[in-house]
Amino acid sequence: MFKKILIANRGEIAVRVIRACRELGITSVVVYSDVDRASLHVRKADEAYHIGAPAAAESYLNIAKILDVAKRSGADAIHPGYGFLSENAKFAQACGGAGVKFIGPSPASMEMMGSKTRARQEMEKAGVPFVPGTSRGLESPEQAEQVAAKIGYPLMLKAAAGGGGKGMRLVHTPKELKSALQAAQSEAERAFGDREVYVEKAIVNPRHIEMQVLADEYGNTVYLGERECSIQRRHQKVLEEAPSPIVDADMRRRMGEVAVRVARAAGYTNAGTVEFLVDEEKNFYFLEMNTRLQVEHPVTELITGLDLVHLQIRIAAGEKLPFCQEDIRIRGSAIECRIYAEDPDNNYFPSPGKITLLLSPSGPGIRRDSGMYEGWTVPVDYDPLLAKLIGYGTDRRQAISRLTRALHEYFVGGIKTNISLFRRILTDTDFQAGKVDTGYLDRLLTSKASEVMGEDAEVAAIAAGIFAILDPASVVGNGNLSPNPGNKTVGGVAVSGWKKAARFEALD
Amino acid sequence: MLYDVTIDGKDYRLELERADAGWRCRLNGREVQIDAVLARRDVLSILIRGKAYEIKREHIAQETHLWVGSVRYAAELRDPRSLRSRKGSAADEKGPKKLFAPMPGKVVRVLVAEQEAVEAGQSILVVEAMKMQNEIKSPKKGTLQKIVAAEGANVNAGDVLAIVE
Repeated sequence: MFKKILIANRGEIAVRVIRACRELGITSVVVYSDVDRASLHVRKADEAYHIGAPAAAESYLNIAKILDVAKRSGADAIHPGYGFLSENAKFAQACGGAGVKFIGPSPASMEMMGSKTRARQEMEKAGVPFVPGTSRGLESPEQAEQVAAKIGYPLMLKAAAGGGGKGMRLVHTPKELKSALQAAQSEAERAFGDREVYVEKAIVNPRHIEMQVLADEYGNTVYLGERECSIQRRHQKVLEEAPSPIVDADMRRRMGEVAVRVARAAGYTNAGTVEFLVDEEKNFYFLEMNTRLQVEHPVTELITGLDLVHLQIRIAAGEKLPFCQEDIRIRGSAIECRIYAEDPDNNYFPSPGKITLLLSPSGPGIRRDSGMYEGWTVPVDYDPLLAKLIGYGTDRRQAISRLTRALHEYFVGGIKTNISLFRRILTDTDFQAGKVDTGYLDRLLTSKASEVMGEDAEVAAIAAGIFAILDPASVVGNGNLSPNPGNKTVGGVAVSGWKKAARFEALD
Repeated sequence: MLYDVTIDGKDYRLELERADAGWRCRLNGREVQIDAVLARRDVLSILIRGKAYEIKREHIAQETHLWVGSVRYAAELRDPRSLRSRKGSAADEKGPKKLFAPMPGKVVRVLVAEQEAVEAGQSILVVEAMKMQNEIKSPKKGTLQKIVAAEGANVNAGDVLAIVE
């Protein structure tokens, strides 16, 4: 077993891996940029090293700096988390070269899955079902037209190096094709430095369901059940659950067996995820393989009783899988909400800043993987994911009710978050009936939110006065808590904070 | 204590006094039986006729919010005897208006030059945070009097970005 693991990440996932290290008796080492000195992962780790400027290229994406810390600290393995360098084959290669074990698949598997066109070619050979389309980049608008005529409209143009919705275009008619192709190519060029674009038949309102796989380094590969990830916004997942409300035991077995076939064809080791598009008739098509631990891994952990990070570490350390496919049982239902620093009143625009008040939920069936704390300033430089709140229950209905209850207990003050969005989703009748697809969230957000009736406005009015009397010193300006030495008392009561706010608006 | 309170745009007159066993409270002249405990900074527990409320307070940029349960209310509180606060509400429409940064970030573009005429709702600057760009719009029709935060400046939430006269 490893003695010391370097975690090349930040935020909640770095904290997640630190916890696993501590549980396994392994020393954890983290790295941090200029703006992350006060971040939770630095507080929780056994060792922490500064690696540079806030820009990811200068810090969390800088292979040389991270390997230098590995060497200096004497780490014998690196866990990349998700995002940043986690799917970078060159990084995995460089770890090998530096004599540090990369906790993940081999560079060759990562390379194969990193190019979507290359993955398609390999999967075609392995007989994996995928969405009709090309397995090679389009060469010209003329060729695109020929292919399009063969597979039919609507169709989807996608960047070979793509991800996160970049370089992607939905095309409804032949006359839109040429300009969409050019737009997708130039966007792909800008985003990934690679203008290769291929075409797929567009599946209208598909579900996005993925299968967790786990493989050791001795050829044993298992699947751990699916996750329903259809609730997305701007191609980013927002809420995930396991199991999917539409997948029965037979479909799970068929999808799982395909996922295992995909992993085997890629010579895959460690934890990975095979993503599928599922159409209205429940046909499923291979979409891509994510060669890392997923953000949403906790829902699988809750319904299987397994710890995926422990298993990742044990597999990388050369252990055999401690179970086989027949041992894996799915039990209960789990749902995860991704809590983002986003402003629901401003089109979910990122909302960094200082967290002035944090009340966290707990109780039966609740798991919270968080990277924030009260008093911490969320930096503007990175992804706005703050925490994941996961509800678990005997069945889906109980998971929903526990999560709803926990969201009610959750309060993040000082910055805007998307917590209110989850209340809306969890109380929506279509969601409760399991009727979701990748267009679900956009439809929900364009429908008018039922006005929350402010029937407690009078309570708020009374509270405003009582706060002014009992808690007048809590003055927050510019997102910073600062005692106000210039408190003026009016009628024996300090009203400085409120008055300051009034003056602020009044202007001279 | 006498307060003028505005909750989500609606005005209330609140009279609060400490009494022997708790509080004497009148809202718009009507007596309300309350019990209140400050649980911690920014968190208040109030009982009204046996009904329990947990109220959270936060300040974002220049606004104060009170959350009763999971519902947010915008709150303003004034001492009606203070001249300043009265002047404050009267000055709303007239005079210079400041544009505030809604979140910490970086000013990536200034779209209007000083002394140029602007319409209400016209974009004045672009602030970038977490890789997304947000246009900051003029609150009124007038002239862009001053740009306080230049292109490239890092700003905090609530910082003044520009002034429209």
